Amino acid sequence: MNIVVCVKYVPDATGDRHFESDYTVDRVGVDGLLSELDEYAVEQALRIKEKLDDESTVTVLSVGPEQATDAVRKSLQMGADAGVHVCDDAIAGSDALGTSFVLAKAIEKIGAESGWDLVVCGMASTDGSMGVVPAMVSERLGVPGVTLGSEITVENDTVRIRRDGDTATETVEGTVPLVLSVTDQSGEARYPSFKGIMAAKKKPMQTWSLSDIGVETNQVGLSAAWTSVQDTAARPPRTAGEIVTDEEGSGARALVDFLASKKFI
Amino acid sequence: MSEVLVLVDHVDGAVTKPTTELLTIAARLGEPSAVLIGSTDAVEVATQTLTKFGAAKIYTVDDAETKDFLVSPKAEILAQLVARTSPAAVLIVSGGEGKEVAGRLAVKTDSGLITDAVDVQAEEGAPVTTQSVFAGNYTVQARVTTGTPIITVKPNSATPEASEGAGVTEAFTPTVSDQAKTARVTASEPRKASGRPDLTEAAIVVSGGRGTGGDFAPVEGFADSLGAAVGASRAAVDSGWYPHSFQVGQTGKTVSPQLYVANGISGAIQHRAGMQTSKTIVAVNKDEEAPIFELVDFGVVGDLHAVLPAATEKVTERKG
Ligand SMILES: Cc1cc2nc3c(=O)[nH]c(=O)nc-3n(C[C@H](O)[C@H](O)[C@H](O)COP(=O)(O)OP(=O)(O)OC[C@H]3O[C@@H](n4cnc5c(N)ncnc54)[C@H](O)[C@@H]3O)c2cc1C
Ligand SMILES: Nc1ncnc2c1ncn2[C@@H]1O[C@H](COP(=O)(O)O)[C@@H](O)[C@H]1O
Repeated sequence: MNIVVCVKYVPDATGDRHFESDYTVDRVGVDGLLSELDEYAVEQALRIKEKLDDESTVTVLSVGPEQATDAVRKSLQMGADAGVHVCDDAIAGSDALGTSFVLAKAIEKIGAESGWDLVVCGMASTDGSMGVVPAMVSERLGVPGVTLGSEITVENDTVRIRRDGDTATETVEGTVPLVLSVTDQSGEARYPSFKGIMAAKKKPMQTWSLSDIGVETNQVGLSAAWTSVQDTAARPPRTAGEIVTDEEGSGARALVDFLASKKFI
Repeated sequence: MSEVLVLVDHVDGAVTKPTTELLTIAARLGEPSAVLIGSTDAVEVATQTLTKFGAAKIYTVDDAETKDFLVSPKAEILAQLVARTSPAAVLIVSGGEGKEVAGRLAVKTDSGLITDAVDVQAEEGAPVTTQSVFAGNYTVQARVTTGTPIITVKPNSATPEASEGAGVTEAFTPTVSDQAKTARVTASEPRKASGRPDLTEAAIVVSGGRGTGGDFAPVEGFADSLGAAVGASRAAVDSGWYPHSFQVGQTGKTVSPQLYVANGISGAIQHRAGMQTSKTIVAVNKDEEAPIFELVDFGVVGDLHAVLPAATEKVTERKG
């Protein structure tokens, strides 16, 4: 089975994330990393490959600025076989529709070169967190989308997941080729081993521009985006509240008085 | 006036509160048209509620043929209704399923998509949405510039207003492609109802974290005294103390209640992402340095195992 994993390079959530003057997310001037939620996607792809124990391959694909190579490299260190980085100045500022378009085109090119059976995505990116790209990629590729899997099994051509919905736990399945997305409940992601880090240096890694995948520069990016940001504002910091220290029941009393003063009781 | 399509979220015809919120928002933007996909029985139950909250039109779609398939058929049905009605906007409840339907619909109709709006207002041209991003540290105002504005809206983003609509029902028969029937739900086990309010809709949420040490009884007891929903941090969920469907945060639910009470939760950025926009925040934590105290309107430094049972007793007394 040839597996493609989509991984995103995102600003570090614990750092100072902010917007540029054109309201796009600053992806260059801040520390970034492989989105933690996409590590789960790499992990599941590797587990599927290991389970099948055949000629299966795992190719990681990232669309993003130059530094996004880091996200691809980390995935290779974890154990993926090959990497593709789509990098082009014209991509900056793309929204989900644009990103999914570029991803779909790149997956088609990977498919033309070596074939693909399964695309694995994370549940959402930790910065945009729209959680819509996997469904959009599935729609664009015209293949089923089996999304938000918390437990994944692959048997022959069938991918089956457990999906913890809001009102029910469901079993969902589809036949490859398809797009799968996995949650952070699917299984702890591995750390790159020393051996993995050394091996990654020799793994094939390609960088593609938009013209390599047959996308015109005016089809994507900020100016072609389907949505436009009018304004952004930092949320005013919450003003410090009252803190009391509990001493023999005083805490509970003060807490209930506070709730009553706010009419919650 | 243009129609505004609202995809109805319901369980066997019981219309969810967020759907009534969407109808209220739809009335700001145009004429609310509900899109009700379900069984004939469900349709009968739902129609009343939808009319009560202002639906001028209700498109009913029988789901006998499509209900075992994931979201694709819903997206196709909506795409066909968009083509037919050229609506001013399509509103969908934000949630795993709603966002996927919206994503597919956006691709199908080549339209812009805005997810997780917390407010939508009518403006010249296209509605303007407000979103809360980067763990709630920023608010963003945006609009769709291409195609039909497709907007997913978070629960609790508007106060549902009862205002009798015409409620004219029209059966719509879509053509659902075989392509949309490929990801199949083969089994479904309904989750046991907790008897408490729904987490994302509740006015009050009381949560527990690693500090509970695995004993959620004090958290549940306090929640029940306030008529609140119970939430949990990922640490509590990962330890197997509470089911994942109650997780609050980046990879769980986002809640925005009137009151959020965090107990034994440190206040990591990923947890904040799910609760930072709550109106009033209260915390009980034994560590006075815990970052959660930076957010609170009121905090108690103390052991939750002592503070919560005592507070529960006092609340019950007052209510008594
Ligand atoms: C990609 C990603 C996604 C994530 N998504 C989420 C998410 O959706 N939701 C989420 O919650 N986390 C999420 N996390 C995890 C998050 O980073 C934290 O690890 C987690 O929120 C910590 O949970 P906690 O506050 O319960 O535990 P801790 O950080 O261990 O805090 C426990 C707190 O309890 C206090 N305490 C201990 N004993 C008592 C007592 N007897 N009485 C009172 N207080 C006591 C301690 O002082 C401490 O402050 C995510 C992490 C990543 C990397
Ligand atoms: N720029 C990107 N490059 C590669 N994969 C992406 C990119 N953006 C999103 N994805 C994939 O789509 C998933 C959901 O992203 P999102 O819809 O942005 O929350 C992520 O977990 C990734 O697997």
